[in-house]
Amino acid sequence: MGKILIEDKSIAVPGEILAEGMDFLPAGGVFRENDKIIASQIGIVNIDNRLVKLIPLNGRYSPKKSDMVIGDVVNITFSGWVIDIGCTNFAVLPIRDATSDFIDKGEDLSRYYGFKDIVVAKISNVSKTNLIDLTMKGPGLMKIKGGMLIDVTPSRVPRIIGKQGSMISLLKERTGCKIIVGQNGKVWIKGENFESEKKAIDAIRMINNLAHTTGLTDKISEFLGGSENVQKKEQETG
Amino acid sequence: MYKRKSRKLDEPREMEAKVGIIKRADGSAMFKIGNTIAMAAVYGPRNLYPKFMQNPEKGILRVNYNMFSFSVSERIRPGPSRRSKEISLVSENALLSCLNLEEFPNSVIDVYIEILQADAGTRCAGICAASMALADAGIPMRDLVSAISVGKVGDAIVVDLDKEEEDYEGGSTDMPIAMMPRNGKISLLQMDGNMSKEDIKKALELGRNTCNKIYELQKRTLKEKYMVEVENE
Repeated sequence: MGKILIEDKSIAVPGEILAEGMDFLPAGGVFRENDKIIASQIGIVNIDNRLVKLIPLNGRYSPKKSDMVIGDVVNITFSGWVIDIGCTNFAVLPIRDATSDFIDKGEDLSRYYGFKDIVVAKISNVSKTNLIDLTMKGPGLMKIKGGMLIDVTPSRVPRIIGKQGSMISLLKERTGCKIIVGQNGKVWIKGENFESEKKAIDAIRMINNLAHTTGLTDKISEFLGGSENVQKKEQETG
Repeated sequence: MYKRKSRKLDEPREMEAKVGIIKRADGSAMFKIGNTIAMAAVYGPRNLYPKFMQNPEKGILRVNYNMFSFSVSERIRPGPSRRSKEISLVSENALLSCLNLEEFPNSVIDVYIEILQADAGTRCAGICAASMALADAGIPMRDLVSAISVGKVGDAIVVDLDKEEEDYEGGSTDMPIAMMPRNGKISLLQMDGNMSKEDIKKALELGRNTCNKIYELQKRTLKEKYMVEVENE
């Protein structure tokens, strides 16, 4: 019978022995050496029955299939677009997944997506050698125009979205902004005016810095105050 | 018998470590031991160019060791030298054994080690800082690397030589070692001078104990940085 050598939800650093014994299973962020389970990154330990997992606190985005990401076009090739999504290797958006239009041989591809254009895309495939394929076919996938793009820590994206999207819908409702959160830690915000965009950015930065605390939705709700729509209605009726 | 003024023979100089000192880097750290100060910055894993250097089977590690011109009492000429190239190479090999680069094909991890102030033992301080910076950058590692110089001053086996001891008239030997303390594997072992087989064994044992102390400091420093982040929230 093995034993756990570290408290659940505490911070582990690389090389730290988390558990002993073959009855525990290593998941993300840890590895097995002989009968020991050892951390390979800085992260928060998560023990779920026999599964020992590490939620990383830093590091680059590691691409996963069917993630929605935001990236910019860095190169145009014969067969499609090369897109930087903030992970180690560039992603490729092939022509057939980019548009349903018929594109003639030798046509200028920058008509569709030019250099430095920002696109919201979905990862259709990740190969073992880290080749990433993107697709633009799906709901909400498009080229972005206007607004602001900010970076957050990729491991904290789930907190920005919240349970069943509770946090993101709160942000959208209270600020009146359009917000798209990419799994790669890029967030696009577009509002009617600068003030509302600024408010949304401040709130997202706050979530990014406070990602480990509990009751975050209440704090953000307090920070944002009442919604603009509610205030307007109050003014009209009052 | 050689005697030290302010510390015991098996006692390292006072150590201090910091993580996350360079904001624009993916990971960074500072390691100070006595008057020796090393800073390390890690960038990547990122795409590697020129393209012919890319390896589709695994990523590569590039370590660059550099001393600032003002780091020693007599100004040294800035830029790469024969010495700094050698230290870059041995530091790279010392760090390589704890990394699993197969996860990053076609890419590179750049490590820049800068020596702000030198009072012997700079390569060891550099490796300590670099391994903390790699952990801070979120790169998967098997273990942290700790390094210390041991040696013989006059007729005494000592830990952590300073510049004065390195230049001791009665003869001195300097042996930097780097190891992964969890399983005690050695990833750097050099020697400048003469020592008998028995002396080397004794020195290695002392080095091992000191590396464990450094390891504790490294772990504590890394945890503190993230602990503060968690508590502030």
